Amino acid sequence: MIQEDVICSFCGCLCDDITAEVEAGAVSRVRHACRLGASKMMGHDRIKGPMIREDGTLVEASYQEAYDRAAQILLAARRPLLYGWASTVCEAQEKGVLLAEEVGGVMDSTATVCHGPSVIGIEEKGLASSTLGQVKNRADTIVFWGCNPAEAHPRHSLRYSSNVVGRFTPLGRAGRKIVVVDIRETRTSKNADKLVLIEPGSDYEVISALRMLVSGKAVIPERVGGVDKADLVALAEILKRAKFGAFFFGLGITHSRGRYKNVDNALSLVAELNSYTKFVVMPMRGHYNVAGIGQVLAWSSGFPMSVDFARGMPYFNPGETAACDLLARQDADAALIIAADPASNFPRSTVQALARIPVIQIDPYENPTTLLSKVVIPSAIAGIEAAGTAYRMDGLALRMKKLIDSPYPSDEEIIGQILESVKRQREMSAGGAAR
Amino acid sequence: MKAIMISGRTLAQGVACENKMSADFLAATSVCSLSQGDYQQLGLLEGKNVLLKNGFGQAVLSARSDPGLPAGVVFIPMGPWANALVGSDTGGCGTPQFKGVEVEVEATEAPVLGVRDLFRDITKGVEA
Amino acid sequence: MIVKGGTVYDPANGIFGEEMDICIEGGRITEKAAGEEIDAKGLLVMPGGVDAHSHIAGKKVNTGRIMSPGDSRSGVEPRTAVCRPSTGYTVPNCYAMGYRYARMGYTTVFEAATPIIDARHTHEELKEIPILDKGALTLFGNNWEVMECVHDRDIPKLAAYVAWGLQAARGYGVKIVNPGGGEAWGFGTNVKGVHDPVPNFDVTPAEIIRGLAQANEMLRLPHSIHLHFNNLGKPGNYSTALETLELLKDIKPSRRRQVVHVAHMQFSSYGGTSWKDFESRAPDIADYFNKSSHATMDMGQVIFGNATTMTADAPLEYANARIAHAKWSNYDIELEESSGVVPWVYGRKMLVNDVQWAIGLELALLTKDPWKVLLTTDHPNGGPFVNYPEVITLLMSRPKREAEIATQHEMAPKRSTIATIDREMDWGEVAVMTRAAPARVLGLAEKGHLGPGADADITIYDLKPNEVDPSVDHALVKKALAAAKYTIKGGAVVAKEGEILQAPLGRTYWVQAEVPAADAQRLMVDLQEKFDRYYSIQLSNYMVQDAYVANPVVIRPPAREAAKEVA
Repeated sequence: MIQEDVICSFCGCLCDDITAEVEAGAVSRVRHACRLGASKMMGHDRIKGPMIREDGTLVEASYQEAYDRAAQILLAARRPLLYGWASTVCEAQEKGVLLAEEVGGVMDSTATVCHGPSVIGIEEKGLASSTLGQVKNRADTIVFWGCNPAEAHPRHSLRYSSNVVGRFTPLGRAGRKIVVVDIRETRTSKNADKLVLIEPGSDYEVISALRMLVSGKAVIPERVGGVDKADLVALAEILKRAKFGAFFFGLGITHSRGRYKNVDNALSLVAELNSYTKFVVMPMRGHYNVAGIGQVLAWSSGFPMSVDFARGMPYFNPGETAACDLLARQDADAALIIAADPASNFPRSTVQALARIPVIQIDPYENPTTLLSKVVIPSAIAGIEAAGTAYRMDGLALRMKKLIDSPYPSDEEIIGQILESVKRQREMSAGGAAR
Repeated sequence: MKAIMISGRTLAQGVACENKMSADFLAATSVCSLSQGDYQQLGLLEGKNVLLKNGFGQAVLSARSDPGLPAGVVFIPMGPWANALVGSDTGGCGTPQFKGVEVEVEATEAPVLGVRDLFRDITKGVEA
Repeated sequence: MIVKGGTVYDPANGIFGEEMDICIEGGRITEKAAGEEIDAKGLLVMPGGVDAHSHIAGKKVNTGRIMSPGDSRSGVEPRTAVCRPSTGYTVPNCYAMGYRYARMGYTTVFEAATPIIDARHTHEELKEIPILDKGALTLFGNNWEVMECVHDRDIPKLAAYVAWGLQAARGYGVKIVNPGGGEAWGFGTNVKGVHDPVPNFDVTPAEIIRGLAQANEMLRLPHSIHLHFNNLGKPGNYSTALETLELLKDIKPSRRRQVVHVAHMQFSSYGGTSWKDFESRAPDIADYFNKSSHATMDMGQVIFGNATTMTADAPLEYANARIAHAKWSNYDIELEESSGVVPWVYGRKMLVNDVQWAIGLELALLTKDPWKVLLTTDHPNGGPFVNYPEVITLLMSRPKREAEIATQHEMAPKRSTIATIDREMDWGEVAVMTRAAPARVLGLAEKGHLGPGADADITIYDLKPNEVDPSVDHALVKKALAAAKYTIKGGAVVAKEGEILQAPLGRTYWVQAEVPAADAQRLMVDLQEKFDRYYSIQLSNYMVQDAYVANPVVIRPPAREAAKEVA
């Protein structure tokens, strides 16, 4: 059976034109997806069933046993961390908020090791943005700064940016100027009209120089961040001459020296460009629903990440309440990890801290976080085996389809069951008295 | 030699990222790219591995040459090998500094560890 | 349930301060009932409040939250057995929205503006807002298909698109914001007036507005077009308001209601030529409303203190940000709309803000018929909705207005007539502006009144209208309005003396209009092309699915025969 207009559940492009062939209850073929999406949809070896670590070894358990043990861990903790969320659907994320409220935990997403600094930058300056279709239909000038979509968002240029044809962009690539700013040549820079190489860690200075040039203040040094003044002047001209400019940025800005200050500066540059012409800016969100967890947390708690429910009401202070902060300070005494792999993606010493506390993992696949976990609960794959909502990198919400049945429970169901178990165990230990 | 380490996404790393215990993931994320000049200068032509070290830790990776890299910059795909060299401090913003990390690089005969071995020290306490 | 002995104001049924019982059975008002009795002896009883224009859910609201974490630090209330945590003042979280409206005695609130492609997000947030019955108005004024149909003078196809768009967005009515300007903003410009052609589309805002009004009436939608004028927020813009209103006076409504509802009229009642000689032109606007019958308005009252401006008038928001050197969020939406969000402060000593404050009140006090003026603050643009009791007491008390003016800029009284207005509204007029009129303007037959068959949404305030003089005791009145003694929703007591007793999920109203198959087919040819060539998502993934509207009330206007057309 062929399913059309399937939505890919890998990266923030959320391509919704995928064709999937389903045979004998499995995805047998995928068309239009890039290598990342195809790999995801064709699937990998999964965790077979729930496991609980007994005497150091993971041992098979039933789902209910796993739910109850997970609930036990969360209840016994004084400051549990509920982390991940970026690769599952909003319906599961919403259940997660309920669970975090119930156990007084800290709920954080993978944004804090990714575009968290962008969120902070937005809190400083706001975000002058648009949907990707605006870029498709209008953008004649595109800047990719500190990102490599050719490897991280492979169909971005085809569907939304450099190469796509739109109403006011009938010439597609030929009618556009593509600028890449990076510290190295990449696959993306090969498709660019201009590559501006900067020294590592100099994004802030280079952006400042551009802001000065854009505003007509030409007093900048002869070289900034390894870039000659003449090249900076030329780049500023390209930006100001745009009819519609789009500035896409990635982890090159958020992970480098300066972090959120780099984003703050980039957002300011784009805001100032709007005095001269039309310009939008957009962070290249990595996971397919990291934007979604930010939206869910914001409408539920007022804050988009690193939300601490210990006081019974939301408290937000990245630098204090982000996952890496809590672990580094050994403040978290239990962790529920869902739809993420911090063991792989956190600094090693932070992972060491994670290893010292009981960890519950909810994931379809084994990964290094499994090696640290006390409870492992395999889930259905959202977007393939479970339907639900996801938010694209530009903030548009789409509904992920369920293509095949699965014996695994969905993330939403798992979190819901853990929540029920928490409530039940709490009631029991309160001597059966109602809360 | 001294270098600046950058970690980030690659296609191969992304393709393998839900299959992290596999040989593909190992191959994709335990490789360090160096500029042509640095690669030659360290004598890596014979397929030697590189040892990267800094105050946060160390890692042995396989090495390859990337003409797109400037001298003094090394690139490691995001993952546990890169993160052995990243510090836990978030500078008050919640996000560690995954890019622009100072490292010492030298050629080595030591082998690249597999995923499970890479975590052996960390999981000791868990598996006790 | 029976609410016994209240002093009831139910203007839609001609009841103004009668002592009577209200009977409830099965969630509706009935002639007779048994069961629990609520003693409301002598207390002020009204239908549950209806807010016809508020920004409560969707991308703009959430952007406001995300960019203003400081706002979420205020108004924080912990979780209880019944309630989720509350945060925020100008951009409350979803739960706070529901609880705070309910505490004030409001039971129905409509989201003012939703882009079709973004409606899924709006419904995700709407379902998180507890207690209230809701609906969302759908944006059409900068839409490529709309402009092309208007250009081709193809009103039947336009009507087909409106019907389709309302289905796609699960929307309730036609919202138009700065028509044409939102599209011009796609390349960074704006339209300068109703006859200024929209770049690349060869239509004018006037044509867009008239076309959508005609389509609205062709479809017999319960609500009229809901319009945010061009040139909003600019000194001298009252002339655009009057000019636009004149454009519509020949259009016949398909129902017994207005032909156009004007959003937040305050922001479009400005005189002067710059901020320096800025003054109120509310008397001109009120005069127009007094002499005409085809329009209604809502106030858009300014409240001193923090606000967050959020609107589909994106060029306005850019201008706001530059004036105030404030942080600025913008979101242009392919083929459909633009929008912006900018945090704001209204200062008591800022002359311009004082005049704005005066204008909202002037509009209500100088318009003779309260059925034409709904009470709003365009939350959170003029100020947060929790300040409605402040607005009500300002309308009811001249001494309170005088005391306020005394704290303002000394030149403020010269720029408007507010200081000279004696009128003090009474409870009947307040009940009209906050209950009966919003329901009628929206076309919600079972809301805003207490006749048999109405939804059992009832508010009992802890004050005795026969014993309290709102002109003198305005502080007492404000306190009583801020926390109803009882808020009854669908026959259940949801709030009592400021405490939320239960938080059921309310219902979402949306409109499903039928059009002749031939028109729908012609439309689909256009849409297929737009999705093939211009949209960044597939048609099959575009429309809001059933899963997002768990508790719907679907209004189906009577279908028209293919031959008939509305003049």
